[in-house]
Amino acid sequence: MLRTFVVYVENKPGVLNRVASLFRRRAYNIESLTVGHTEKPGVSRMTIVVDTDECQAHRVEANLYKQVNVLLVEDITCNPAVTRDLALIKVRATAESRPHILQLAHVFRARVVDVAVDSIIVEITGTEDKLDGLLDVLRPYGVIEMVRTGRVGMSRGAKTAAAAVAGAGTLSEVYEEGTGEGEDIPYSV
Amino acid sequence: MINKTGAEIVWECLLREGVRQVFGYPGGAILPTYDALTKYDIHHVLVRHEQGATHMADGFARASGKVGVAIATSGPGATNMVTGIATAMLDSSPIVCITGQVGSKLIGSDAFQETDITGVTLPITKHNYLVTRAQDVAPAIREAFYVAQSGRPGPVLIDITKDAQQGTCEFDWDSGAPQLAGYRPDLSPEACDYEKALTLINSAERPVILAGHGIILSGAGELVRSFAEKARVPMAMTLLGLGGIPAAHPLNLGMMGMHGEAWVNTAVQEADLLLAFGMRFDDRVTGNLKTYAPNAKKIHIEIDPAEINKNVKVDVALVGDLSEVLEELLPRTEPRDHSQWLSHIRDLKGDSAVRDIQNLPDSGHLYAAHVINDLYRETNGRALVVTDVGQHQMWEAQYYHHNEPRSLITSGGLGTMGFALPAAIGAKFARPDAEVWVVVGDGGFQMTLCELATIVQEKIDLKIAIINNGYLGMVRQWQEFFYEKRYAATPLVNPDFAKLAEAYGIRSACVSERKDVIPTVQEARKHPGPTLIDFRVEQEDSVYPMVPAGADLRQMIRRPAPIYETGADE
Repeated sequence: MLRTFVVYVENKPGVLNRVASLFRRRAYNIESLTVGHTEKPGVSRMTIVVDTDECQAHRVEANLYKQVNVLLVEDITCNPAVTRDLALIKVRATAESRPHILQLAHVFRARVVDVAVDSIIVEITGTEDKLDGLLDVLRPYGVIEMVRTGRVGMSRGAKTAAAAVAGAGTLSEVYEEGTGEGEDIPYSV
Repeated sequence: MINKTGAEIVWECLLREGVRQVFGYPGGAILPTYDALTKYDIHHVLVRHEQGATHMADGFARASGKVGVAIATSGPGATNMVTGIATAMLDSSPIVCITGQVGSKLIGSDAFQETDITGVTLPITKHNYLVTRAQDVAPAIREAFYVAQSGRPGPVLIDITKDAQQGTCEFDWDSGAPQLAGYRPDLSPEACDYEKALTLINSAERPVILAGHGIILSGAGELVRSFAEKARVPMAMTLLGLGGIPAAHPLNLGMMGMHGEAWVNTAVQEADLLLAFGMRFDDRVTGNLKTYAPNAKKIHIEIDPAEINKNVKVDVALVGDLSEVLEELLPRTEPRDHSQWLSHIRDLKGDSAVRDIQNLPDSGHLYAAHVINDLYRETNGRALVVTDVGQHQMWEAQYYHHNEPRSLITSGGLGTMGFALPAAIGAKFARPDAEVWVVVGDGGFQMTLCELATIVQEKIDLKIAIINNGYLGMVRQWQEFFYEKRYAATPLVNPDFAKLAEAYGIRSACVSERKDVIPTVQEARKHPGPTLIDFRVEQEDSVYPMVPAGADLRQMIRRPAPIYETGADE
């Protein structure tokens, strides 16, 4: 099944390469991987979607932790969480079809971000299902090109592992929060 | 605060990390660092190939438990280290490799001798660094040493650009202290997992300890012994675990796995509880995973969480340092008897001893097992033996009984031919008073024999036993068993190794009869310098028993019984 991991990493050169290389080397199949800055300088956040079973998910997590630059890994698959994907879809539009497309966009709560003589760009945010749904109904009009960000995700509520990292002011606080400097970390599989 | 160049900081840091010698080979991009070396009291061992430098650092680390250091230049110097780094990675050996890199402004321009070595070594290092400024040298080296030897040890590479070596900055050792926010080497098990483990341990009827390299890395030999004695649990060893528990210990069954003794594998298969201590269920140990120890509950004590449930699904995982975990388990483990189980295992031995090559009549042939066994007896089992990879490696594991941790050094996980000679040089630097024997095949020896010159230049007293059968023996054995004796590319035409040694100024001998083994070994031991002995052994001998790759552990190919024996039975 598809599992979603939130991964906090130090924003250092080559970190994305390290994570991607890990998945390649261990033959874990990445469905999508997004990365971007967080509210904290020096810390980036990845959302990685992997097609794997639960046992292997534990090993994905453990292997991610083996990367020195990985600060925190949270498997949010079974957590109450919000996940979103964003797509830009460019559709062929004639004077005749344009109103239909605009109406479909409206039904899906998508935004129209560009209108040209012969095309329209629609921007949609939501779960992958919703994006797939819009794509399906736009296809008959002629999809010229499409780009998707891949899934980003966040657990609901204030008390999450990732929030502990996000709440820390500096990297050294992340360290204390994340590892409890000097003391042993209980670990259970 | 004093200003220093990046190159000087390299040595300042190494000194403070307790490094007394490094193994290396100079070149353009690392020259500033070599130039600064003259000011520091660190001994540099000039190798003949950078692969040798990494194996030496590895051998040093395995013999001492400290970090070994290898240095090379950029490009080919760095890529030559790849095999040695991967070897250290697979066997969890703490080494730090320092490579020169072209100037930071030239990076990415395909400059002369430029290689993206941090990219190349990314999957085979525990961590690596590209350092482009002098002020980043100290933190990188301090972190590298910390990462290399903490948690599950492993190799770390630091690639330092030429301008970072030449640039100057204030050298502040203290502010370079490791700041590794995400690194967690100090995991320990949850209380509930201890409870689960103890319930299984205290109720097991047929338990077996699987003793791995972790025993040695964690220094847990005594604790494992106490545990085994208290709960009366027999111990089966992995190749890299050998020496972690004295071979002479009555509960030590010996090596398990592909070339382990048949009764040891049978005991593992019949067990109702497997206690995996610092081992990773390698395929050479488990055979077919589907039929592996089908009736056993499994407890895995392991410092690396990524090893849990990787190959074998376990019932309880205790993630942490083996010594710490055992300190917790030992007082809560109930004394047990298990005499029935232990006597059953003794019965399993059956006729194994009869089949043992040592008990065969002397047919005048020189078998590798004879050589190893005689070497074992002559050295009273006290030598530090460094082996290469192949048949001789398995014979050494079977016939040289190690009673001390770190007395056998061998490439297990990667199986790197050419490892033995350079690794032994490193081991000798770690333990100058130890009697160090290299046991190496005629194939592997020729992969790194250039390091004979290093031995001579450094005046190192190594004893080298070449087990020369004129074949790539283990491959030939597989061809014999599984490819109908089609010996594709395994026969070797060898040089005269004794003459070769002489050319290097090394004392040598050649032995082809059994009666000459002991006197020659004795002479070598008396000689106060390196000696190479070319043992011309039986060409088409095989390592028995053998579990074919991927087969059930009980499907062992046994040494064919001697003819006189079967004749007597009829």
